[in-house]
Amino acid sequence: MRRAVAAVIRKDLRIELRTGEAVPAMLLFSVSTFVLFHFALDRASVEGELAAGVLWVTLLFAAVLGMSRLFVAEREQGGFDGFLLAPVDRTSLFVAKAAVLFAFLAAVELAAVPAFAILLLGPSPWPAAGELVLVLLLADLGIAVIGTLVGALGIQTRARELIVPIIALPLMIPLAIAAARATSPLFLEAGAEALPGRWLLVLGLYDLVFGLVAFAVFDFLLEE
Amino acid sequence: MPALPLDDAGPYVAAAYLVFLGLILVYVAIMAAKLARIARELGELTEIVDRRSAARRERADEEEAVPR
Amino acid sequence: MFARGLKPLSIASVVLIVGAFALVFFYAPNDADQGFVQKIFYLHVPVAIVALLGFVAGGVFGIRYLRTGDRSHDLRSYVAIHISLILAVAALVTGSIWARAAWGQWWVWDEPTLVSFLIVFLLYACYQPLRFSIEDPERQARTAAVFAIVAGAFVPLNFMAVRLAESLVHPRVLSATGGSMPGEMRLTFLVALVGMAVLFVTLWKYELTSKQASMQLRALKRALADEDDSWVPTRRSAAPQQL
Repeated sequence: MRRAVAAVIRKDLRIELRTGEAVPAMLLFSVSTFVLFHFALDRASVEGELAAGVLWVTLLFAAVLGMSRLFVAEREQGGFDGFLLAPVDRTSLFVAKAAVLFAFLAAVELAAVPAFAILLLGPSPWPAAGELVLVLLLADLGIAVIGTLVGALGIQTRARELIVPIIALPLMIPLAIAAARATSPLFLEAGAEALPGRWLLVLGLYDLVFGLVAFAVFDFLLEE
Repeated sequence: MPALPLDDAGPYVAAAYLVFLGLILVYVAIMAAKLARIARELGELTEIVDRRSAARRERADEEEAVPR
Repeated sequence: MFARGLKPLSIASVVLIVGAFALVFFYAPNDADQGFVQKIFYLHVPVAIVALLGFVAGGVFGIRYLRTGDRSHDLRSYVAIHISLILAVAALVTGSIWARAAWGQWWVWDEPTLVSFLIVFLLYACYQPLRFSIEDPERQARTAAVFAIVAGAFVPLNFMAVRLAESLVHPRVLSATGGSMPGEMRLTFLVALVGMAVLFVTLWKYELTSKQASMQLRALKRALADEDDSWVPTRRSAAPQQL
């Protein structure tokens, strides 16, 4: 199973590196949204809870952009059939795709978070950088799991671009709550405070529960 | 003894319970419409079956008459 | 198949619901804090609880469908979620009325149950559009089952997260009473809760029976149409069309 997972990951990453469809678009979207927030909120800088909110709303919407495209290649070029014919555990497609989405999110955040720090964030993020990375990682894991599930759900329908966002956003609200609450003390003007551990626990629990559910249920989405 | 205050609170409580009642009755109406449709289609189907068995009976009568 | 027990269930619903409402207005005492307004509690909370249980039941039937492939489970799941969605709307509306009466505003973000319900409603509102957008009935049923399971797992997580988010700063706005519930209130609440649950099952079976009758009619029509040369059109539908 590990080889199948690695193979699919390698294929998708290679495609992305060659054609560069998803990550640049998600990044561009994020930066545009930061600009939009500047004008919509009419502020030169944000801090604390507002900063956390702006950052996480932007990241979640950028993630939704990436989710819809996750399985498009498989659907349009017969990748699903090929995968079903191969003697591999079907869940490996889920693991691979979730890992790919996670990688995309990490790549986007690598540029988007500094952009956010430059454009909108008042206090410097550096003192709390390690904790910020921890929150980002945990949240990205949850987004990857949900995104792969919803992407696979959406690929079955004719209205993919509409269905994926409306299902994904409510599902990610607990993620948004936990991530924003965890991040807001890190963005305080007066100086970053400690990260509230309970929200990390919530993130972890969310990742665990949905990871397990997705594991159990993903097979059924692939049957033809 | 029931205390039914005619102060500000009464209308809100009444409104909430009326919402519930309204939803149930709307459901009854929808189910009634469905039942009416089912009854109508059942009638049409019965008609078709009756017509067909009548036609079959006619054909059977004719076939009996021909060999004579 | 589905109509078994429908008559006794409907009779039980009438007895329990009417009984509960009688208890609410003739037996349960007025609340110390909120006064008469608190009576909405006996309607709002049972509706909310039963709606949530209905959503979870939809997920359970989804699991059963995926396990067995028996489409009747898909139908059960669909109807459960359908009715729960309507109950969720009722919960939101009655909750909003309660908030207005008790707190002066039509919506309160401080009340975690209400907020969680809004999120759950937003999610399950996607169920029917999702089903409608998939034409192949087999795939529609399977995708819907996966959705029902994921959403069913989401419900408790969501409630926990929202409750955590609000509890730190704001006290509960719409609680039953200031402290614990006196015996009369507790009894009334229990009767209302059981009554609402029985009503749900009654409506569920009612809907299932009606759908099954329509399906059989359609099959009959098709069988007869083959000989009759009349064209029976098939419409796209969110609901399961065939067992």
